Amino acid sequence: MMDATVRMPVECKSGQSAGAAGEACAPMIELKEISKRYGSLGVLNDCSLSVSRGEVVVVCGPSGSGKSTLIKCINGLEPINAGSIIVDGITVGKSTAEMTRLRARIGMVFQHFELYPHLTALENICLAQIHVLKRGKEEARAKARALLARVGLPDKEDRYPAQLSGGQQQRVAIARALAVDPVAMLFDEPTSALDPEMIGEVLAVMLELAREGMTMVVVTHEMGFARGAANRIVFMDQGKILEVSEAKRFFEAPASERARRFLSQILAH
Amino acid sequence: MTLDFTAVWKSLPFLFDGLELSFLLTASSMLGGIAFGLLLAVVRLSRLRAAAALAAVYVNGFRAVPLVLVIFWFYFLVPLAIGHAVDALQSALIAFTLFEAAYYSEIIRAGLRSVRPGQWQAAYASGLSYVQVLRLVILPQAFRNMLPLMVSQAVILFQDTSLVYVISLRDFMTSASIVATRDNRMVETYLFAAAVYFVVCASGSQAAAMLNRRRSFA
Repeated sequence: MMDATVRMPVECKSGQSAGAAGEACAPMIELKEISKRYGSLGVLNDCSLSVSRGEVVVVCGPSGSGKSTLIKCINGLEPINAGSIIVDGITVGKSTAEMTRLRARIGMVFQHFELYPHLTALENICLAQIHVLKRGKEEARAKARALLARVGLPDKEDRYPAQLSGGQQQRVAIARALAVDPVAMLFDEPTSALDPEMIGEVLAVMLELAREGMTMVVVTHEMGFARGAANRIVFMDQGKILEVSEAKRFFEAPASERARRFLSQILAH
Repeated sequence: MTLDFTAVWKSLPFLFDGLELSFLLTASSMLGGIAFGLLLAVVRLSRLRAAAALAAVYVNGFRAVPLVLVIFWFYFLVPLAIGHAVDALQSALIAFTLFEAAYYSEIIRAGLRSVRPGQWQAAYASGLSYVQVLRLVILPQAFRNMLPLMVSQAVILFQDTSLVYVISLRDFMTSASIVATRDNRMVETYLFAAAVYFVVCASGSQAAAMLNRRRSFA
């Protein structure tokens, strides 16, 4: 049995936290023995995981294994039944006020983009800035424009989501998540709803983020991205974390038999 | 038989007085009904079980009785409860608003549920509070979906304002009846009344259909 809580030593960058060096090195996200069930159906079973600052963790596994539920627990979108989650020093689910504050510091990107269809790309990126962070309109717009340029869509600010391609919508969604200056980003199958020719443009933006040192937890089947960007791979099946390995080792010699079979299935084509 | 509309033209100010009351009742109970209906819908969709059950009883109760009964009820029973007579117009306004709220709450509830759950999640994930999520993300989308139904409900409401004759308020239909019998011009007056109802309601329905079409392009 793997020790699921083992942590890869990630270099502790200076100046990342105003607090003591010890605080800066504390894990950004820590899941301790969390469980979740819908009625009698167990979805997550005793899952523990610790993600360091600046680390990129890819979560993979067959469908229905609980990957999406796991990352939705991290920002409290899905309440847990047992265990605890600490993100950036804040315990998830403790109080509504703290949760709101915490969510504003974690960016999330969804499988189906979930851009607000009644707002333009620019307004989508401004909404949380103005209403959560209380930034001024002009400041929010300037930030939104800079982010649109960063994801390669400087000329699309007045477009509504329905006027953008899937890949463009997902890039706007990433910009929207980045607009609140998150300390960590969660990606829930960000490319699974995309046409194949649009996957690359989204992955490129994600790779860039990873290179800049963003803490990321990514649920994905894109093994190319996992190989290229992930520090560690989490493999899940039937609500359990079966394996947490360094990316290189996971692909060369997965520890669990189930992971070996999973890899041969998805890499075969 | 020849039609003579002279009596109708002469009575136009009188008739339009009644029409004004019909419009006043329609507009105010529509606005009041939407506001109260929104509250009912939100409570019904909330996790506050007891409050949700109460709201459901309210909605289903009002939908199970005819409007004319509610109008009666407010006019004759409320004075018994509060000890003095109530103004007929005020009582009609309250009765219509409470009644329409039940119907609008069903429209709004369906509208809120028509917004994908992922929109709630995305909005919550960005740190917005419940009220902000509702106001900034969900309602604008839901409103677009329910606008056509709201307009057709308003058309029904406009037709239903004729029921206030039971508490001696003079709406458009009642005014027309008065003119028809007083001047013995049944055919002409009722033809004119039908034409007015038709123009108002048809343009309402037309607006609803237009909104519906525009929605499918968005």
